[in-house]
Amino acid sequence: MTKSNKIIELEQVVVRFSGDSGDGMQLTGTLFSNLSAILGNEISTFPDYPAEIRAPHGTLDGVSGFQVHLGSQKIMTPGDKADVLVVMNPAALKANVHEIKPGGVIMYDENTFNTAGFQKAGFETENPFVELGLKDVQLLSVPLTEMTKLSLGGSAFDSKAAVRSKNMFALGLVCWLFNRPIDKAQDFLTKKFSKKPEILRANIKVLVDGYHYGNNIHAAVSTYRIGKSNIEKGRYTSINGNKAVAYGLIAAAQKAGLQLFLGSYPITPASDIMHELAARKDIGVRVIQSEDEIAGISTAIGASFAGNLAVTSTSGPGLALKSEAIGLAVMAELPLVIVDVQRGGPSTGLPTKTEQADLLQALYGRNGESPLVVVAASTPDNCFDYAYMAAKIAIEHVTPVILLTDGFIANGTALWKLPSLNDYPAIEPPRAIVDSSEWKPYLRDPEKLNRYWMMPGTEGFMHRIGGLEKHCITGEISTDPVNHQKMVDVRRMKVEKVADFIPLLTIYGNEESDTLLVGWGSTYGHLRSAVDELRESGKKIALAHFNYILPLPRNTNEVLSRYSKIIVCELNGGQFATYLRSQIQGVTFQQYNKVQGQPFEVEELVTYVSAFL
Amino acid sequence: MSLPSYIPQDFKSDQYVRWCPGCGNFAILNAIYKALAEVGVSPAQTAVISGIGCSSRLSYYMNTYGFHTIHGRATAIATGVKVANPALSVWQFTGDGDCLAIGGNHFIHALRRNIDINIVLHNNEIYGLTKGQFSPTSPKGLVTKSSPFGTIERPFKPADLIFGAGGTFFARTVDVDIPTSVEVMVEAAKHHGTSVVEVLQNCVIFNDGAYKAISTKELRIENTILLKQGEPMLFGKNQEKGLVLDGFNLKTVMIGKNGITEHDVLIHDATTPDFFLHQRLAAMTGPDLPIAMGVIRNVSEPTYDEELVNQIHEVQSNSSVKTFEDLLESIDSWEI
Repeated sequence: MTKSNKIIELEQVVVRFSGDSGDGMQLTGTLFSNLSAILGNEISTFPDYPAEIRAPHGTLDGVSGFQVHLGSQKIMTPGDKADVLVVMNPAALKANVHEIKPGGVIMYDENTFNTAGFQKAGFETENPFVELGLKDVQLLSVPLTEMTKLSLGGSAFDSKAAVRSKNMFALGLVCWLFNRPIDKAQDFLTKKFSKKPEILRANIKVLVDGYHYGNNIHAAVSTYRIGKSNIEKGRYTSINGNKAVAYGLIAAAQKAGLQLFLGSYPITPASDIMHELAARKDIGVRVIQSEDEIAGISTAIGASFAGNLAVTSTSGPGLALKSEAIGLAVMAELPLVIVDVQRGGPSTGLPTKTEQADLLQALYGRNGESPLVVVAASTPDNCFDYAYMAAKIAIEHVTPVILLTDGFIANGTALWKLPSLNDYPAIEPPRAIVDSSEWKPYLRDPEKLNRYWMMPGTEGFMHRIGGLEKHCITGEISTDPVNHQKMVDVRRMKVEKVADFIPLLTIYGNEESDTLLVGWGSTYGHLRSAVDELRESGKKIALAHFNYILPLPRNTNEVLSRYSKIIVCELNGGQFATYLRSQIQGVTFQQYNKVQGQPFEVEELVTYVSAFL
Repeated sequence: MSLPSYIPQDFKSDQYVRWCPGCGNFAILNAIYKALAEVGVSPAQTAVISGIGCSSRLSYYMNTYGFHTIHGRATAIATGVKVANPALSVWQFTGDGDCLAIGGNHFIHALRRNIDINIVLHNNEIYGLTKGQFSPTSPKGLVTKSSPFGTIERPFKPADLIFGAGGTFFARTVDVDIPTSVEVMVEAAKHHGTSVVEVLQNCVIFNDGAYKAISTKELRIENTILLKQGEPMLFGKNQEKGLVLDGFNLKTVMIGKNGITEHDVLIHDATTPDFFLHQRLAAMTGPDLPIAMGVIRNVSEPTYDEELVNQIHEVQSNSSVKTFEDLLESIDSWEI
């Protein structure tokens, strides 16, 4: 085992906090990453937690992790492996044995590294480090539990309650390790526990003691200093994808001058969108927590008929349940945003893990010819932009839009520069341009082919819509064969026309290279980092990343045709590749797929792609 | 200033009505036109939501805003309409299959929330549009295409679901009795909260005669009781029969016999929160007891849409966050 005791200057570092799901690792990680962001670092975080709320204490099933990647350069991913791993018990060590970099620091609570702890974690010996074959690491053994108890000795807390604060001792130590002043952390804690002054005092005491502990013992490990980022000046916060989706919808409703409505049923990992919007009664957001997924979308369809910006949020199993109602929105032609925060599937699958395997369901998962717009966000912060654009397209083109995100960007956070709505395009609900005596519910805008959205309460424009096929202008029920063909065609063309209103596909990296990586949605950070790494090593490589899936950008065929080797990388069995093959002629697509409930790692992409270069 | 007044014709669309000749829905539709004219909300402020089934075609025949949706979901869609714009008068027309089978979950939860919508439940005890399968209200033993040896299922009584789910308004009528239908629909419209009007409806093709015992005025006089708020529960040609409570059950008595006078008869109170008697009344099926018609339950409780709007106003009066820009101001952020 190597030992060193120096300050290392770093451009970037990856820290992973891991412990029992009751150990407060998510809070610890969030505080540390926010603290770093305030100090001028870029951040990207990724929580990795079990589906169980409290699995048996000390077992592998209950291990909850939070990884943060911080640095002075553009940080695109939460990082592959950790430079510093903080483990609260032997199970957390075992669960993360492959998540630590060679030479990295493992800080562990020596008070939990005992026979009972080893047994719960399934170790056969009393030396977990040897048993796991961990050699090239720096160990920092800290009596976290004992020190926390000592820190709170004499306070009102019994020792069991006191132990709950040991995550703050760990946070104090990590702040010392990274030369972070802890006063900002105290500010955050003060806000979080403002209504629980005793817990606040205890947490701050333990945090400060943890910091001083590191200082005093001069632990024989390296400490780190990370330079400030030189990103664009401005006001920033850290935001996760679910919150950014909620904010994007609020912004779009305001811009369009519409009331925002959400109908939703609790489902992991999408529920935070509902939580965020339910808390925004101050802005007038109306949220129904519905009796089931179908009612979630049905109430939203009703709200859209009544003239609101209507949204339903869900994850894969919920999207399946909503299929028939989505078809109604397609058929009746109503604006609707359906947010699908994808998770591991099929069926209940891996609720807390990430995957991109709902793509084909979003594109095709309905009866009949049922086209709609599909958009995918690619980073936690651009969930704001694509939620905004999904709402804009839904409203202006009078169509349902499915916005795909996933567990990785929904729960992961990134730095977000607070936007000004002046920088965002106007959203104009298409109202009838003719007098009520001439108006018919399926008259269309000649450019976009949308019908006009007239809502109950408007004098003179009474009309009826529905799920039955209808006459192409009057909206009256029609089973005429030619009319049906016409309506099927016009619903498809309306969606295709959206391509005239979205950006063209651009290439990142070496445009002139032979090899093109193709991705969509949440894999953007990993793909771009892989491209950067390959280019730094002198390789020529390009990336085409898609946010607009249906319709594809107008120049997709032309751009993709320029490359002789195209590798479509996605976290599913090859769904986007399958889709591209159906849309793009004369191009051969190779695939790199991973379906492990985890995001890509940059290194696996670099290794795989290098073989082509 | 006088309010605009409407005639039934104002609510009639120009669409050809496509039900089978003799269908009970024609009478229900006429009652609706009359009721809406009497209620006096303008067609532009009225939204008619329906699901799938014969009765659900009704939205096309109304000169209001109308939405013919998908099977079972009309209650949820109507809920969304009302929450999005509580100023609208929202009506849902639905059948026993649409409302109580595929849509049962939405139905009970609308009642639980007491959202202010008016549900007219056309109960013909059969699936008509799919050509004659038994429904959740078909009587046990009914022989249909999907129960060739008689259904072995126990039927729902819609009223039991309504009371069990916390429903605040329940009325019953029969298709051919247009005056009573108009009267209870108007009461349903006045009620704040989820109102359900069960219309016993004859399906002339697949379940003809299901309500034969009450199909004529003469039969209704003997076999039904039209309940009126605050009035004694009397029925029969000369109001010679009355209802009394006998233990936990209702009993028909003859006025003037065994010393029974009009004063011994129960007085109808639709407004009492306890639904014990409402349930007993709704459960009467004849022949010893009359089938209850009219407004059986009409209880005042806060509605979901009112509560939601009130909560929004309350939060708004205590918050400085009014816009997206205010929201950004209110969150943790820092200068870089």
